[in-house]
Amino acid sequence: MAGSGTAHLRDGDALLRVENLVVEFPAGAGRRVHAVSDVSLDVLTGETLGLVGESGCGKSTTGRAVMQLPRPTSGQVWFEGRDLTRLGGDELRRTRTRLQMIFQDPISSLNPRRSVSDIVGEPLAIWQIGTPADRRRRVAEVLDAVGLDAESAGDRRPHQFSGGQCQRISIARALMLEPKLVICDEPVSALDVSVQAQILNLLEDMKARYGLTMIFIAHDLAVVRNVSDRVAVMYLGKLCEVAPADDLYRAPAHPYTATLLASVPVPDPAVRPDPSVSDLDVELPSPLAPPSGCRFRTRCPRAEAVCAEREPQMRQMAPGHFAACHFALEPSAAAAGHTSWRERRDA
Amino acid sequence: MSGGPLLEVTDLRTHFLTSRGAVRAVDGVSFTLERGRTLGVVGESGSGKTVLARSIMGLLPAHNVKRDGEVVYEGRRLTGLAPSELREIWGAEISMVFQDPMTSLNPVVRIGRQITETMHFHLGLPDREARSRAVELLRSVGIPEPERRLRAYPHELSGGMRQRVTIAIALACGPKLLLADEPTTALDVTVQAQILSLLGRQQRERFMAMILVTHDLGVVAGRTDEIVVMYAGRVVERAPTTVLFSDMRMRYTQALFRSIPRITDPGHRRLQAIGGRPPDLVAPPRGCSFAPRCRYARERCHVEEPPLTDAGPGHAYACWYPAEPGEVAAEAASAAREVAG
Repeated sequence: MAGSGTAHLRDGDALLRVENLVVEFPAGAGRRVHAVSDVSLDVLTGETLGLVGESGCGKSTTGRAVMQLPRPTSGQVWFEGRDLTRLGGDELRRTRTRLQMIFQDPISSLNPRRSVSDIVGEPLAIWQIGTPADRRRRVAEVLDAVGLDAESAGDRRPHQFSGGQCQRISIARALMLEPKLVICDEPVSALDVSVQAQILNLLEDMKARYGLTMIFIAHDLAVVRNVSDRVAVMYLGKLCEVAPADDLYRAPAHPYTATLLASVPVPDPAVRPDPSVSDLDVELPSPLAPPSGCRFRTRCPRAEAVCAEREPQMRQMAPGHFAACHFALEPSAAAAGHTSWRERRDA
Repeated sequence: MSGGPLLEVTDLRTHFLTSRGAVRAVDGVSFTLERGRTLGVVGESGSGKTVLARSIMGLLPAHNVKRDGEVVYEGRRLTGLAPSELREIWGAEISMVFQDPMTSLNPVVRIGRQITETMHFHLGLPDREARSRAVELLRSVGIPEPERRLRAYPHELSGGMRQRVTIAIALACGPKLLLADEPTTALDVTVQAQILSLLGRQQRERFMAMILVTHDLGVVAGRTDEIVVMYAGRVVERAPTTVLFSDMRMRYTQALFRSIPRITDPGHRRLQAIGGRPPDLVAPPRGCSFAPRCRYARERCHVEEPPLTDAGPGHAYACWYPAEPGEVAAEAASAAREVAG
């Protein structure tokens, strides 16, 4: 993983292009938390990029750094041809209307003292778009699109709604200014399974209806596969692997991706839990002093001396499929057909 | 008494009295658990699964709770015991592991003392012996450098490590029954896999029974002998694990199973969401509590409550218009073929 490089960035005009993003936080005594270390990503118009990894891998920080919340330590964030990291206050604010974010906790991300129509209409009011009547119409239209009845829901406050409905309200608010890019940070992980499916379907519908491009940040690999066209896997502030979703799940090239996939509990008693995951070293290295070379090497079953010495760079494993690993798993099986990585590993 | 089942729960009811009326959190649950076996309790939030675990344990507030029914452990009626008598059982006979390892550990007490505490209390072990046992326990739950960790405070450990510590505490006095309430929900997926394997291994080595409470059908699939599915405070389906997955009948179980995205599914597959949300437990709907959200519901479902009906050895479901035997499994198999083809 732990690798760097930009080989996986595509030519042509991506809607969003993140280059060599670094985010560090001071941790006292002159030490720094290396939250995101040299990550590059791109998202084409209309695409959904899934960003997965375990807690502390920097996936949320990456999403927030794209929004300049806070501004990254270094690196560039190109959005519609402009580098957001160089835009000043007012210009950044204007540009940011086309970037919106949806957060994990739907209840705490809504102001409890305001009515739903105020919350959803606020972006229009701030930018003084349309007359009050126009705004009301627009609020009703978007609330309707997310499956809420403006008539009965508009005057109520967030606490009168369930978690799933609050997430619908957050989605409505994010859509008000007709954004191009929506960054969803764990939008369904606080919801029950049955409600989670409703919200995932809604996000797909909204994406089609409003022509959205999405970054979908989540730790749940099954959820990410469901919504993503392309998936990027992060570990300890670095990118391990980027590939079209189907290729990544069928034939992961990076040992960390393979470990993640092997850990997912499958709702089928015939699939026995993978014993190899238990052998994984239980200690996650500290982001204050990440390991040299490949950051996954301390827990990697395939690590050798070179992994500590040289940081692996992103390289192409198959068309569109990139991984940063000195000893990547052979992804050719993906091309060969339907052999799953489980079978390949057991063979 | 050792001939009977380890645990027998009969028509257990726990209602919380609130200003709005009685919240029927657990509403007539019965099951038995044999020694060394694992029972999965599956349900969404508000289904009563956590209250069920706490009711078995006797960990309920003293006021504004109405309890009914029986919990019999090795022939002893736990429901009739005073708190002082229950303390003899907690930890020694029945232990519990909670969801959040940060709040279930005392933040200002070193790990070592939190583990040895129960050994002092139940086994009367002297300090040195208890400490050396604690080291052994930490080692057996996969904590590196256990001697050093004894002196650590909870905040010095990661979430996965903390959960290993709470498991070590739960196992310290060799209980015969472990109640694990969403033990891995707060953890990352690789850590979850490790903790679940750890629980399974400890259970086999100690011939300990376990009740594994979770919202995740994936978690129970490979790791339990039997499953009960809860909805609105009741058991709506109960079956041996393999039978449940091959032959689920109750429409709620089926809907829950269909709504989960899978890592083997192709991308952008439309999920079969369950509309609406769980009922208000103060005023549950008449008839079947799932009927308002069920797409197979007919008139009868809204009027008459379906009883638990036997469907084979150990398998029962509460539904007037159940799925055909094998219907859901066949669906899943054909979806899998589609992916492969």
